[in-house]
Amino acid sequence: MPKTKSTLIVNGKTYEVGVSPDVPLLWVIREHLKLTGTKFGCGIAQCGACTVHLEGKAVRSCSVPVGDAFGKRVTTIEGIPSDHPVKRAWVQRQVPQCGYCQPGQIMQAIAVLNENPKITREKVVQAMAGNLCRCGTYPRILEAIDVALATSVQE
Amino acid sequence: METNPTILGPVNRRAFLRGAISITGLGLAIVTTPWGLEVLLAKDVESKGFRPVAWFFIREDGRAVILVNKSEMGQGVYTALPTIVAEELEVDLGQVTVRTAPADNAFKDPGFGMQMTGGSTSIRHMYPVLRFAAAQARQMLVEVGAKKLGAEPSVCYAKHGRVFAKGKDHGLSYGELVKDAAKRPLPSNPRIKDPQEFHYIGKPLKRFDTACKVDGKAQFGLDVFLPGILYASIARPPAFGAKLEKLDETRAKTILGVRQVHVLESGVGILADSLDSAWKGRSVLGVQWGKGVQADLDDALVERIFREDLQKNGVEVKHAGNVPKALDGAAKRLEASYFLPYLAHATLEPMNCVAYVQKHKVDVWVPTQNQTMSQAAAAEVAGVSPDSVFIHTTFLGGGFGRRAEVDFVKEAVGLSKASGKPVKLVWTREEDIAYDFFRPGNAARVIGGLDTQGNLVAWSHRMAVPSISSRWNPNDLKDGIDSSAIEGVENTFYSIPNLFVEYVRVDMPIPVGYWRSVGHSHNAFVVESFMDEMAYLAGRDPLEFRLALLKDNPRARRVLEALGEKAKWHEPAKEGRTKGLALHFSFGSFVGEVAEVSVDKETGIVRVYDVWAVVDCGPYVNPDIIEAQIQGGILMGLSAALFERVRFGGGGVESKNFDTYRLLRMPEAPSIEVQILNTDEPQGGIGEPGVPPIAPAVANGVFRAAGARVRTLPMTPKGVKEALGKA
Repeated sequence: MPKTKSTLIVNGKTYEVGVSPDVPLLWVIREHLKLTGTKFGCGIAQCGACTVHLEGKAVRSCSVPVGDAFGKRVTTIEGIPSDHPVKRAWVQRQVPQCGYCQPGQIMQAIAVLNENPKITREKVVQAMAGNLCRCGTYPRILEAIDVALATSVQE
Repeated sequence: METNPTILGPVNRRAFLRGAISITGLGLAIVTTPWGLEVLLAKDVESKGFRPVAWFFIREDGRAVILVNKSEMGQGVYTALPTIVAEELEVDLGQVTVRTAPADNAFKDPGFGMQMTGGSTSIRHMYPVLRFAAAQARQMLVEVGAKKLGAEPSVCYAKHGRVFAKGKDHGLSYGELVKDAAKRPLPSNPRIKDPQEFHYIGKPLKRFDTACKVDGKAQFGLDVFLPGILYASIARPPAFGAKLEKLDETRAKTILGVRQVHVLESGVGILADSLDSAWKGRSVLGVQWGKGVQADLDDALVERIFREDLQKNGVEVKHAGNVPKALDGAAKRLEASYFLPYLAHATLEPMNCVAYVQKHKVDVWVPTQNQTMSQAAAAEVAGVSPDSVFIHTTFLGGGFGRRAEVDFVKEAVGLSKASGKPVKLVWTREEDIAYDFFRPGNAARVIGGLDTQGNLVAWSHRMAVPSISSRWNPNDLKDGIDSSAIEGVENTFYSIPNLFVEYVRVDMPIPVGYWRSVGHSHNAFVVESFMDEMAYLAGRDPLEFRLALLKDNPRARRVLEALGEKAKWHEPAKEGRTKGLALHFSFGSFVGEVAEVSVDKETGIVRVYDVWAVVDCGPYVNPDIIEAQIQGGILMGLSAALFERVRFGGGGVESKNFDTYRLLRMPEAPSIEVQILNTDEPQGGIGEPGVPPIAPAVANGVFRAAGARVRTLPMTPKGVKEALGKA
């Protein structure tokens, strides 16, 4: 396999990975790069715990073969600065309980807000429907997104 | 300056075994002794025959290190328990380091005799003893500080981790005092703070673990890696109790990265260099299973067994008054039967465990609610004494009772022992759902009677429920009655003059276990649905009807009245919607909930828009965490009420993943308002009590909306339409 095809750019850093291109991106991020903030929840793109950005768009990394990400920009929860308005809103509204799904929720929310900074609450709810939370943090996720929307309008 | 506590991971094995944590600074240990709980100076613990452990200690740099003996699964113990200690110690939160306690006898919960997190007990069990011990430490520091400041102890006080003498600005930091304080005897009667003086307890402090969870840095079980680790997957029998008949490893071993195959009690383990390889290896493993213990088990059979068992006479749980006579003389009677399904826990983090069995020691990294049983299980499988097993508890990606079990610990330890390598076992979602210990199903038949004035005078309640205790704790089965199956019925807080409760134990090969709020999760649906049915039969308002039965229970009355105000019960709901209510007592707390719902009569779809909850859990530590727990309990209960049902077929489980085991998603989540009452009632739990009332509150709202009484969960559109047909 040509070397250029096994290059992953994650959070701005370039990695050479020697792995079969059919392995899900999730496991390369977690097991090879040890970026463990991205979680495994279902393996079939039903829960959103593994959500990362691929070229700025939210994808379920459990269902993206790593080969599809070679040479493209991947952003994980670790690549989002702590003072990002969405992370700050998550802290302000005290969203996490067990916390396991939250990196995926945050990555989804950031992608949604980036795509449309003036999105309505109804559309936010629909855009977040693919991210499960078993602890029941949905009301606070919505509040945090409201806070983030208000902040980004001000900034 | 740091203003937030630092959260570090589990205490390091070597440091712990050296006892290093207890010999620097002032350490206090709370130990369970044969004669009860005792607080000791950490340095004295060993000489008194205990291992050297401390529950909290103050180092010479002034930092207070607090070891938490409970598992953090989202309920906030890593915040609430250190808050209690910091409050009585008089240290700033920025001076606090929170650490996970290892599994050890000294960290056993005094109420359980085990190191376990469950039953909504963490605060209730630990609050008094932590406050007492921290108050002792504060007093010792003040005494030493007074001496050094040349002042009387009576004019000295502690604040911000320093001891001051009244009228003087410059105090001494705890760090300067701990060495001398550690030499002093423990005060037997320390002054516990008056709640008026609290600056942390009772305040909505931000959780200490939020930042690490938002940044993706919190370490869950799945995030543990060791050098040279092998990844494990397990091929499991599709039917309950099915035995391995044939095994051919040839093809599995051709998969790149697959190293070893080992037969375990629960299945066949495949060890590989990566998880991907372990799963690929499993998919081509040549394995043939027997038919299992009940090959014809499927949904229809499960339903039939419940219906048949409901026709049987049960064991008498309670008989107050004379129910047959009261029913005979009743002016109006009603009989109704209810059915609830088996449920999966579906923690977002699937079951997993990392184990490393070496010659004289075993290390286990695991998201567990049950350190004591994890340690015992690992010791048994590895063939060592429990003392040689070190349990590193990680953050838990949800628990809900599933992680009180130790099946995954046994598997990981077994595979590490067989291979001699560190092993990381990760269950797939499909395994996590199919090999759960399920919330048992419940079938119930209730007969109620009203007198001529419309008062509830008789209630006869038969429930057919599988037994959790028969596996977990057979000693708990008194006269064949499983308290976890019947809870919330026989101890009803309503004054019902004639009450008969009987229990039929359902026996099926489906494994059952503790699921958030356990028996209350099914029984409250039956009791509070039928209570509403009787209110309508009496032609009375459901809230007023209940209040009339609470004359002898001012605490329950207060919650219900507050709920009526909070939810504006007597005002009409928004157009096209109706309100339903339910009240329940569980784990020491009362929670009342009102749900505003709508029913689409064409499709049978139920929508829940707003929920109001009123909570009385007695004196509380962190109202913001309580609000979150009640919200979470409501949404888990609502998920079960609307969507969840484990499907069976072919002698095993048919539900596989989130596509076939449907959970509540954000568009279905109502907005929730929570009111916490300030009361002096005995302290109650908060992790579970939010769950039970929501299903009946929604069902009662549906009835009011459409006249359709839904008596089977989940409330599928089909079920609702059937109920509408009967209405």
